[in-house]
Amino acid sequence: MSARDAILGRLGAPEGDPDAEYLLLHRGYLERHHGDGLVELFAERVAHYRAIVHRVTEAELPGALAAALRLGAYVVPEGVPAAWTGSIEPSRRLGPDADLERVSGTITGCAVGIAETGTIVLDHGAAQGRRALTLVPDHHLVVVRADQVAADLPDGLGRLDITRPLTFISGPSATSDIELSRVEGVHGPRTLEVFLV
Amino acid sequence: MSDIAKDATASRMPTYVGMPAFPKAAHEAVADTRLRRNLAHATGTIRERRAAAVAELDDWAELRDAGKRIKDHTLEYLGHYLRMLEGKVTEAGGVVHWARDAEEANAIVARLIKETGETEVVKVKSMATQEIGLNEALAEHGITALETDLAELIVQLADDRPSHILVPAIHKNRAEIRDLFSHRMPSAPEGLTDEPADLAEAARRHLRAKFLSAKVAVSGANFAIADTGTILVVESEGNGRMCLTLPETLITVMGIEKLLPSARDLEVFLQLLPRSSTAERMNPYTSAWTGVTPGDGPQNFHLVLLDNGRTDVRDEEVGRQALRCIRCSACLNVCPVYARAGGHAYGSPYPGPIGAILSPQIRGIGSKVDASLPFASSLCGACYEVCPVAIDIPEVLVHLRAKAAKKLPEKTVMKVAAWGLRSPARLALGQTLAGRARSLAPHLRFPRAWADTRDLPPIPKESFRAWWKRTHGDSADRKDAS
Repeated sequence: MSARDAILGRLGAPEGDPDAEYLLLHRGYLERHHGDGLVELFAERVAHYRAIVHRVTEAELPGALAAALRLGAYVVPEGVPAAWTGSIEPSRRLGPDADLERVSGTITGCAVGIAETGTIVLDHGAAQGRRALTLVPDHHLVVVRADQVAADLPDGLGRLDITRPLTFISGPSATSDIELSRVEGVHGPRTLEVFLV
Repeated sequence: MSDIAKDATASRMPTYVGMPAFPKAAHEAVADTRLRRNLAHATGTIRERRAAAVAELDDWAELRDAGKRIKDHTLEYLGHYLRMLEGKVTEAGGVVHWARDAEEANAIVARLIKETGETEVVKVKSMATQEIGLNEALAEHGITALETDLAELIVQLADDRPSHILVPAIHKNRAEIRDLFSHRMPSAPEGLTDEPADLAEAARRHLRAKFLSAKVAVSGANFAIADTGTILVVESEGNGRMCLTLPETLITVMGIEKLLPSARDLEVFLQLLPRSSTAERMNPYTSAWTGVTPGDGPQNFHLVLLDNGRTDVRDEEVGRQALRCIRCSACLNVCPVYARAGGHAYGSPYPGPIGAILSPQIRGIGSKVDASLPFASSLCGACYEVCPVAIDIPEVLVHLRAKAAKKLPEKTVMKVAAWGLRSPARLALGQTLAGRARSLAPHLRFPRAWADTRDLPPIPKESFRAWWKRTHGDSADRKDAS
């Protein structure tokens, strides 16, 4: 007998209708923990993870992004609006095929922000690029529009297509493995800078 | 081979070779003052932080209840949801494999790696691969599995064993880690300090070249979504993201109980897990993938579904709830026994209260180690209180104790005690005899399962009644006379 048949055989077929019972599962928890002030809450919670948060207007964004750059070049994935990077010299903007080990950072958008947990979700669609772009370079600049900020996980997950590759980011890479002291930047980007428009 | 290897269930989860039963291991660990200091600091810190993170949510009790119900429902219809998962993963371009036990799982992973022609793979920290002893099994096939989680790397460099589910190197302090890196990590800089930031930087340099050149990665899974075939890994450092997205081939080993019916359930578990384990609102990184995505991430994805005793545990009416576990490790951090004995004393990759109920159920209570584990608890109930999926660990412990304590000597002792306690005269006689025999007490060997877990209190020279009679003889008589 194959392992598959052996395991499924052991599990048997209980009586009942799993799909109907699933729909009836009691969920007494809150769908939302927060009403107003989501953008403020999001900014506060992101900053709590020691990410750098900038509150900017649409007009201020290009200048703020350009001012945040360190030395070297930055990867700009497809779909990033030309207006965002208008203040950055073209020679410092590279396409997604750039050698990620040699670039200083990446500038991306995101799919969803979650206020309660201070989480930014990338679904690696337009303006976000493949997953490695936001992982290998040391400096991640991410633009979050106010209308992308959801209240809580239920709200945030509801806006996502779960079958896309997803990356949930809550602050920069961190470890607490040595005496539970938090250290930022173990493998992922050491600096996460959020531009909240 | 050791007697443990003869056990019928030995191929499921290796008992750490040469590991004594819990009482002996705990005795030795308790005497290690450095270990106790490291542990007390770490568990105390995380316990307080966790309580604050949980208190932030008004609906924690309801989330916990929903988490329990969703897991119970999934376990009830596990076959149904596993079939669904298999179909969806395959549809999305992944390949699903099934493994009855550790041996089968290890053989599948070794074969898949050999087919790529690689001899070195990078690994994301995973309890399932610890459970089946994957690294050791791969080594026998000439394959090196490099742990990339900082704590796992520390443990691997030290030829040590993990002692905590979440922070496997919790038993080591910064000075020990510095010495280890200086001696065992070729790329460690001269004059490395014991600052955590410097140590993390040394690990970053050591591992980066490996991540960028690895062709194959092995991971576990925190959750799998049945109706979409999505797998999730929850982590902090980014080593997981490195392994999950950079190599060409990804092999994920997952216990069959890690399933959730639908993506909506993540709203419950992504709230319960980070707050319970690292005391954060959310962990720094969570990755989700569904099969393969052309042009992004691994182009070959294999999912190994591991039973390894789980179908047996599921058949246990009381013990089944252990399969709700989401490996958050909150129970370890509140356990007074764990805080003193440390993780190694539990003799398996699953330490602490959850280990005390999971290991004997997966392996069966055939060995001394496993028969001793249900007794490795004070039954104080703190583990139940903090469990985000409400596993009643004390209830399962008592249930397993009843199974372990079916031997004649213990029954006899209990019968004699009952007879003696029923009559004051018999009690007085027993106390007199005990007083006279007190010098013999240290040499006595009671039924071991009982006596090995308890220190015998000193026996007084005379009983309280005898002392009262001797010193207050008059008043006692007068009272009797009135």
